[in-house]
Amino acid sequence: MRPTFDSVSVGDNLPEQAYPVRRVDLVRYAGASGDFNRIHWSDRVATSVGLPSVIAHGMFTMATAVRLVTDWCGDPGAVVSYGVRFTKPVPVPDDDEGTAITVGGTVATRDEEARTVRVDLTAVSAGDRVLGRAQVVVRLP
Amino acid sequence: MAVNPDIVGRVYPPAAVYEVGREKIREFAEAIGSQDPVHTDPEAARALGHRDVIATPTFAVIVAQRAEAQVINDPEAGIDFSRVVHGEERFTHHRPIVAGDRLVATLHVDAVKAVGGHAMVTTRVEIGTEPVAPAGAGEPVSTVVSTLVVRGE
Repeated sequence: MRPTFDSVSVGDNLPEQAYPVRRVDLVRYAGASGDFNRIHWSDRVATSVGLPSVIAHGMFTMATAVRLVTDWCGDPGAVVSYGVRFTKPVPVPDDDEGTAITVGGTVATRDEEARTVRVDLTAVSAGDRVLGRAQVVVRLP
Repeated sequence: MAVNPDIVGRVYPPAAVYEVGREKIREFAEAIGSQDPVHTDPEAARALGHRDVIATPTFAVIVAQRAEAQVINDPEAGIDFSRVVHGEERFTHHRPIVAGDRLVATLHVDAVKAVGGHAMVTTRVEIGTEPVAPAGAGEPVSTVVSTLVVRGE
């Protein structure tokens, strides 16, 4: 059931979701996005610049987090704006499990005139908040 | 070498036209784990009022980063890419990106700030459809604001 503007209130929570991230996901994202920075696929390069291991692309984390909102509202085309700060890296171990990004969301504001709501997201991986000020404005029917 | 503050206000010429294909939209959606049929099935997209399959909300980064490469590679800007960390990203969508769009991206340098030994470079990429000859204007599609942190030595 897609939410409508009138059915949504400030303070509503979107059900939290854990999204798995494995090395293969980073390789696939590198190819699809064209971002071949070696810190996202080479432990040798990642550790040489002081990272614990290969880390996820910030833009992969950003793209993953907004799925919570687009899966909730049912139309990825309804996203009017979306901004984040990258606060911590997401190290991804080279094993079969990888890691996970757990995303939660809360309706923070409603704009009656535009019929949009702002959802504030949290994104946590291995205990760290990996996104800051993550805000999605979405138009609802 | 420090980032050159004189690049603020600079506008780089539009990058080559980016033609948005259905399969690229699908590939990117699969790469971020989305299974929404609006990215793969034109009928599902039309049912929501879109002309064809639409891109995921961060797809515009592909187009934006091609434009941003101009300032990163500009020797006058003085950006050492090996010291660059992504600080912030913000998309404003004037409408969704749809398969078949022919997009042009214009890069603006909005700010260069020194913060605690680092330099923060804020760029804005205005993405619109290719202007129609001879005098037509393109349609605005997305604005992508990105802040890169260039770590001090």
